[in-house]
Amino acid sequence: MGKLGAVAATGVTVLVLALAGWMRQPPAAVQGGGTISGKVKFTGAKPAMPKIDMSEEPKCKAKYTAAPPTDEAVVVNANGTLANVFVYVKSGLPASYKAPAPGGPVTLDQDGCRYHPHVFGIMVGQTLAIKNSDGILHNIKAKGTKNRPFNISQPTVMTSERTFTAPEVTVPLECNVHGWMHAWLGVLPHPFFSVSGADGGFTIKGLPPGTYTVEAWHEKYGAQTATVTVAGSETKTADFGFAAK
Amino acid sequence: MQDTTRGKTVYVKWCAGCHGETGAGDGPSAAHMLPRPRNFTGALYKIRTTASGQLPTDADLMRAIDEGLPGSAMPAWQGRLSEGERRDVAAYLKTFSSFFADTSQHVTALKFSSEPSGGTGAAALKIGRQFYDSIGCRKCHGDQGRGDGPSAPTLKDDAGFPIFAADLHQSWRFRGGGSAADIYHRLRTGLDGTPMPSFSDLIDQKFLTDEQLWRLAQYVRSLSPPEAPEVRDVIHAPQIAGTAPVSPDDSVWGRMSRYWFPLVGQVIHKARWFAPAVTGVWVQAVHDGRTLALRLSWDDRTQSPDSAWLGFEQRVLETVPGDDSAPPRAEPWPDQLAVQFPRRLPQGTGGMERPYFLMGSETDPVYQWRWTSRPRKSVAGLARGIERFDTLPGAPAGQAIFDHGEWRLVFTRALATPDTANEVQLEAGRAIPVAFFGWDGSSGEHGSRMAVSTWYFLALDRPTPPSVFISPVLAMLVTLGLGLVVVRRAQRRGTTRAGRQR
Repeated sequence: MGKLGAVAATGVTVLVLALAGWMRQPPAAVQGGGTISGKVKFTGAKPAMPKIDMSEEPKCKAKYTAAPPTDEAVVVNANGTLANVFVYVKSGLPASYKAPAPGGPVTLDQDGCRYHPHVFGIMVGQTLAIKNSDGILHNIKAKGTKNRPFNISQPTVMTSERTFTAPEVTVPLECNVHGWMHAWLGVLPHPFFSVSGADGGFTIKGLPPGTYTVEAWHEKYGAQTATVTVAGSETKTADFGFAAK
Repeated sequence: MQDTTRGKTVYVKWCAGCHGETGAGDGPSAAHMLPRPRNFTGALYKIRTTASGQLPTDADLMRAIDEGLPGSAMPAWQGRLSEGERRDVAAYLKTFSSFFADTSQHVTALKFSSEPSGGTGAAALKIGRQFYDSIGCRKCHGDQGRGDGPSAPTLKDDAGFPIFAADLHQSWRFRGGGSAADIYHRLRTGLDGTPMPSFSDLIDQKFLTDEQLWRLAQYVRSLSPPEAPEVRDVIHAPQIAGTAPVSPDDSVWGRMSRYWFPLVGQVIHKARWFAPAVTGVWVQAVHDGRTLALRLSWDDRTQSPDSAWLGFEQRVLETVPGDDSAPPRAEPWPDQLAVQFPRRLPQGTGGMERPYFLMGSETDPVYQWRWTSRPRKSVAGLARGIERFDTLPGAPAGQAIFDHGEWRLVFTRALATPDTANEVQLEAGRAIPVAFFGWDGSSGEHGSRMAVSTWYFLALDRPTPPSVFISPVLAMLVTLGLGLVVVRRAQRRGTTRAGRQR
């Protein structure tokens, strides 16, 4: 192999390394791409959520000094919006679109015998770090149907890690020691998801140009979709509305 | 080579009745079962040798088919189907879920260590008990392991059906087998589709060692008898010198044999009951020549009525509605136990004719003792079928204790009573037919929704007569005497002969 061959080999190596480096870039989102944001409104009477009796776990009960904990199935914000709605791009991405999982984990914390967050998203292959901050026995069970389930015991302060292999909205997570503990995990092959917060707002950033079906999913009220077209780095608004049942 | 076409033929003939044509666990018989038949479409299997959430190995599937799942309706098929048929049907089961065809799925049996020795010793069991507490087993399985922990009434399986935390005192009913190794395997793998998690992560994270997990398994094993109880037909009631014990915790009981009688759901008369909660009773009996004491103990998660279990009771009734078109509403029923005898002992030679085992009939009633947890009382009466019970004035004394998921009840009654027409006269030396019935109020059981046994026998042993002890001694003396005579004669003859020869 001559000098030229060596140079060529080096060039290829550099190229491969560069490519690998680029592939490893955590944000798969297009820099300065399009944005979809909006609010999830709620109409009708705000349902009364049952109080949770944590007498069985004094350690958890003690964490609620202001008001007793209530069920989190429906959380209506002060401004009349609905929290904990998983909003994500259901379809519209080009078939060739590939996004590697970010290196960092998504953390689910068990604190005060509740899951934090209650609704959240993760990418296929990304690590879910399941943390027990309570230091009392929790089991964490994932009941997906497209993903294999798991059910592991955490009797002390500890963190366990798991990953998901297939897109699924959503994987129910639960603790069987404390029947009131539920969380919902949206698993996606791309990073275009968001959860409505304390103001009912959500934002999905970095979208390549295109026309998307956006779904808003709520654990009690089901799913709604909207079609949104974004071009360049523009921001489009998509509001959703759920009504009391 | 496994053949899924042949497997399908076997499946349709033998399996679909419970597991359904499409493998969804919804065959025609499924509605009568708790636990429900496996739904194969999700590829979730309780008994595996693989990590939590992983598919079972082929050997795992074969074991369930070959040996069945104790404590459930799933029988062992070894001996009923050929090995080829069993292998083919296992291959067919895998076609119900796409997970088995997914080559990215890991299916590797965990590497299990072998059981450390000394597992029945006090030191090992103490370590096991420490981890029973520290990893929170008691949350579901209860302080003494009878499935009565604080979280137990909230438990559901992944399909939403109510599920009982296992009663750890009945290892012969454990789905995956009752040995310490079986228990250790379940602790490592968890039971997928149920609330029972895997504890393997705790070893990885050094919360406990592999040996300590073995000790826990050995402790759990120690809660059940060393061997699965054998059903014997006759309860022997020895006669004791003192007075017959009235208390369930009298020390006399520690010296008496225990007899196990399995109970099954009452499925003959409406309303039938397919999910009996009382799986059997342990019986002990003793008498003092005047009074019989009968001790019954059985596992029951609840001291019914218990409001904490009303929601669970409702879910059980909805899951196994039986004959009713609409499931009955959960109500705070008490726990109950009944002991049944014929009114009179069968007379004459070959007189083993007994009334109908299921609470007699209009023309041939049975004599019963009935105990209820609330109001706490015991009565005696005549049952003429399931529907009719007429109380008699003379009731047996009943004393009961509820202790961490176990009822212990002692009935006492005079052997002879004035009402010889209706109340069985408990004669020593006779085979007295006896049967048992149990109800767990918190499982929605009352009336015909109950657990029943068949007829067995109670035998009041006569005190051993002195002749029993004297006869062997006499026999020995006689033998010795005769022996001496023979020896003497032989010696004398020998001496005479010797004299002649000289």
